[in-house]
Amino acid sequence: MQEAIISRAKQLLADGTVNRVIGWKRGEFAYDITPAIFESPEEIDADFVYDDFTSANVSKYLVKESRKEGKILAFLKTCDTYSLNQLTKEHRVDRDNIYVVGIPSDGKLDVEKIKAKGITGITGVERNGDILTVKTIYGDETMSVADAMSNKCLSCKSKKHVTYDELIGEDGEVTDTNRFDMVEKLENMTSQERYDFWRNELSKCIRCNACRNVCPACTCENCVFNNPDSGVENKAAADSFEENMFHIIRAFHVAGRCTDCGECSRVCPQNIPLHLLNRKFIKDINSLYGEYQAGADTTSKAPLNNYTFDDCEASIVHERGVE
Amino acid sequence: MLKISIEKLNGLFKAVAEKQTLYIPADRADGASEYKKYEDGMTLSKNLNTLRSAKDFFFPQTENLADFKVEGKKIEVIDIREEAEDFVVFGVRACDARSFTILDKVFLSEPVDSYYKNRREHGTIVTMACAKPAETCFCGTFGIDPTEPEGDVSCWSDGDSIFFRPNNEKGQKFVDSVSELLEDGDTAKLDETKAQTKEIMAKLPLANLSTEAFGGDTLMEHFKSEKWAELSESCLGCGTCTFVCPTCQCYDIKDFNTGHGIKRFRCWDSCMYSDFTKMAHGNIRNSQLERFRQRFMHKLVYFPSNNNGEFGCVGCGRCLSKCPISMNIVKVMKALEVK
Repeated sequence: MQEAIISRAKQLLADGTVNRVIGWKRGEFAYDITPAIFESPEEIDADFVYDDFTSANVSKYLVKESRKEGKILAFLKTCDTYSLNQLTKEHRVDRDNIYVVGIPSDGKLDVEKIKAKGITGITGVERNGDILTVKTIYGDETMSVADAMSNKCLSCKSKKHVTYDELIGEDGEVTDTNRFDMVEKLENMTSQERYDFWRNELSKCIRCNACRNVCPACTCENCVFNNPDSGVENKAAADSFEENMFHIIRAFHVAGRCTDCGECSRVCPQNIPLHLLNRKFIKDINSLYGEYQAGADTTSKAPLNNYTFDDCEASIVHERGVE
Repeated sequence: MLKISIEKLNGLFKAVAEKQTLYIPADRADGASEYKKYEDGMTLSKNLNTLRSAKDFFFPQTENLADFKVEGKKIEVIDIREEAEDFVVFGVRACDARSFTILDKVFLSEPVDSYYKNRREHGTIVTMACAKPAETCFCGTFGIDPTEPEGDVSCWSDGDSIFFRPNNEKGQKFVDSVSELLEDGDTAKLDETKAQTKEIMAKLPLANLSTEAFGGDTLMEHFKSEKWAELSESCLGCGTCTFVCPTCQCYDIKDFNTGHGIKRFRCWDSCMYSDFTKMAHGNIRNSQLERFRQRFMHKLVYFPSNNNGEFGCVGCGRCLSKCPISMNIVKVMKALEVK
């Protein structure tokens, strides 16, 4: 796949369709891939990579990049196309300045999961069917691919690209997803159990803001939490209430716009499953306002921005509060 | 050398914890480890290092500095400083142990930071030599030997026993307090373990990373480098690298209005943030390129320039593992050293 992508990138640069390419750059090890802009075939040949560890969603970079001179080529995985569509809908990107090549993904791996098995000194990772061979300075180790699969790919919502100018490979379908399983499990807990679950997770937060900064739905020029005059600007939570509310409020801010790309949880240095907050909102929106997938298109009205007679009544809040 | 068999280690933890607070690296449900206050039944993590560094014990993410009581036009300053209680941090790796030397240069030089000093004086650091370094380790680049960790007490494991060597008065006090649990042991197997670790160190992918191209006298050359644009282009501007870093020491001071008075607190700050060092006239670094450059210039140029050549990095590799876009000091050094 990498070869096909590289060859297409060089063609589109050569024929003048685009003047830059956004993709992924090889790192020091097998897994430390950095999103990068490439401007020449030489740069592409030297460093462009598309493999098991290119999970980073490059859509958000297009907010800035699509406003620059010339057209940029973006290679987008299915989940990434939802983010770009949502950004297009919100007029945050200039879609005309982006040439999208949809690329398939058979699931990205999470090196943290490999390391959590006690595997260290990693010098290479090879995927053969369901088996992963991890080469290390201490010898080869094997594990199942499923155990190393990134969480966002374990609950993949779609194999279908929702926006593209061309595709490499066959397009798939929206998949039957298990993504609400954990949300249901949390809903079925007692309020105390649920509180304990979230306190345990959110108390780990170090307020690095990686979740916010990577989020394609968080594109405010100046976030309220960065503004010293806002009264809520804080680099660390003053107490457990703030610790909880930062994430809950952020999830509210992106409700109805979050496409469930999973980047927030992927980047969290403390492994907090932040996507579960977003998924709760997505599940609620589906049940209260009708099935809706943010980013699936660029024209439909978002349920929280649109009033219909069928909308749920405010009393739902009271009803749900009674256990 | 004095030693204890590994099976009896929990007994030693228990004995220490009876007298003072003890923190050990312990496993979390997600596979990462972090320092936890020792309680009966807790076991030492087998992970190479903790997700957050040991600097948190001396320089916590947030702390209150002073209280102000306001009545009309009268402001009373309340000194809330209290003598810290003695505590022990067990299992600090050689990289993190060196980070205290760096932090000491910042917080213990004039004007001395009394909050940091207080904790430093009351904390005993018991280090643990590494036997199985990771691919992200590069402490050797900064002259750190992971088989000879610093600290008040140094410890080694040969797979069967843990060996203890006090390095100063505080360390001697610690060893004396548990002396009845320790016995004299032969270090032949330990010497083998150390030799093996050194062999592994030489084979690590970053073994040849050098600081040669950096230091105080390389300021303008690196500051003006055209490579910063490319290096910083996908930086998210989050604070992950700074917050997991054992040597990052910048903080912000703010006042919190409680409704009946003011609590003045400080919290970690990050040069990656847009309001870092924001002053009345505005911000001195308006682009992410400038902020990104600041972090690495500080560690590789400004800090050694002000501290007799000591670099502001210990090669622990946390930023290599944790940066959301996998951009880090190693990639910066490798890019900048190429003329």
